Amino acid sequence: MTDTPAIQTIEEDIVEEFALFDNWEDKYEYIIDMGKKLPKLEDAHKKEENKIRGCQSTVWMVSEYRDGKIYYKADSDAMIVKGLISMLIRVFSGQKPGDIIAADMKFIDDIGMSTHLAQTRSNGLRSMIKQMKLDAMVWASKENN
Amino acid sequence: MEIVSLQKGLDIDSVRKQFPILHRQVKGKPLVYLDNAATSQKPQVVIDALTEYYSGYNANIHRGIHTLAEEATAAFEDTRETVKNFIGASLTEEIIFTRGTTEGINLVASSWGRANLQPGDEIIISTLEHHSNIVPWQMIAQERGAFLKVVPITDDGEFLFDAFEKMLSPKTKFVSLVHASNALGVINPVKKVIDAAHAFGALVLIDGAQSTVHLNINVQELNCDFFAFSGHKVYGPTGVGVLYGKREILEAMPPYQGGGEMIREVSFSGTTYNDLPYKFEAGTPNIADVIALKTALDFISGIGKTEIAQHENQLLTYASAQLKEISGLRIIGDIESKVSVVSFVIEGIHPQDIGILLDNQGIAVRTGHHCTQPLMHRLGITGTSRASFAVYNTHEEIDVLVKGLFKVKKMLA
Repeated sequence: MTDTPAIQTIEEDIVEEFALFDNWEDKYEYIIDMGKKLPKLEDAHKKEENKIRGCQSTVWMVSEYRDGKIYYKADSDAMIVKGLISMLIRVFSGQKPGDIIAADMKFIDDIGMSTHLAQTRSNGLRSMIKQMKLDAMVWASKENN
Repeated sequence: MEIVSLQKGLDIDSVRKQFPILHRQVKGKPLVYLDNAATSQKPQVVIDALTEYYSGYNANIHRGIHTLAEEATAAFEDTRETVKNFIGASLTEEIIFTRGTTEGINLVASSWGRANLQPGDEIIISTLEHHSNIVPWQMIAQERGAFLKVVPITDDGEFLFDAFEKMLSPKTKFVSLVHASNALGVINPVKKVIDAAHAFGALVLIDGAQSTVHLNINVQELNCDFFAFSGHKVYGPTGVGVLYGKREILEAMPPYQGGGEMIREVSFSGTTYNDLPYKFEAGTPNIADVIALKTALDFISGIGKTEIAQHENQLLTYASAQLKEISGLRIIGDIESKVSVVSFVIEGIHPQDIGILLDNQGIAVRTGHHCTQPLMHRLGITGTSRASFAVYNTHEEIDVLVKGLFKVKKMLA
């Protein structure tokens, strides 16, 4: 298996990609496209305990731990949220728990998506990032035992 | 479809000029504000009334002997008089100031419910209710051992009056019904409901949060026992609302909260309570916002409720027709009797995506379950997108919405 680049490298790539767009339509079409390309989450995983609850849309997320790294899979019933989570999976999947926990996620500001961080009642980026980091903490604690 | 010209007397440009917020931009585009069922924008006169109070005569009311206190008290009580006339009540003591519709309903559920509900009694609400007209009744029903019954609706959101009539029995003690649905805009047959409930000796509260800004309200003609509405949905400030109640019923009810203003005499062995309406207004009230509420109601009366309703109905008719041109779009609650709210779903598109992509075009609509989860469940949907119109909205803004939705569809295709 080829090594996944470091979180910061992937973030820089994403920032570069977004810098190419000079209007909101292109930016969102890119996010929607990322959503469409998100690998399918098996229906068996779409259950209550895997839900990240929000006011408007549903996100299901699961993670697994292999050889010191965490791999995430997710789906959502809303397309933009699905695109955002696809982007987060690109950043976090295949990374070490400690690196995920430490990531400052500043790149979200740089790509002009921080409005989605502020949407506390809809299923914003904030709750997804929180869940991904929580999963990382759980795996990290198991790792240490 | 032909664009119907506006009535004489309602000059929409001059109305819009009075709302400063309508001239701002959102994401570089002119704001198209179509979320009026959530809250309406405020005309300059309302904003000025708040500033004038704080800069000219801010004082605590009712007990002060000085000039500022007298001026503030007079302005505060003036609003009570204006509200009384606005909703056709007969007495100012029947007008209680609250924080909003939600607090009004909680006051009645808590005060009247605790004093009157017995185990086995029944409270009737409808499937169309906002959570604010469900949860307070669930809480008091649970506390008193009473039961909550829910009137069903048709697939179009129409209240099933026959089913309601069959639910009525001597066990029915209270009926709490929304006048116009916040989620769909449909208007309920409140007069018929009130008369039928009264025949069984049950009291009726009408949730007027959505209806008060659109319909002529006359609580004496309706003969409802309680009527609640919110200031911020009638071009007034947030944090102020009104509960109307029939005097003899309010008099028999115990206080809701204890504190200043609501007492006559306090000693450590006991307290006697103040008269109506002060019995239900514990603590320093929201003086500034109550005063500005009068300005908001005067603003509506100044334009004319009938004129406003005609304009809003034209917008509703136009919007409904234009939206139906979008393939895959389905209006939920597409019936005759409606206030100016259009709730819709587009096949294969999540409402949240619609909301985000419209926002990027400067268009504000509401998406989601609209705090009516049981209604959404009944209709078999998780949420809708909702455009709701006010006096300052225009046909051109509806065109912008429709164009915006075509773009949303294209982007998500």
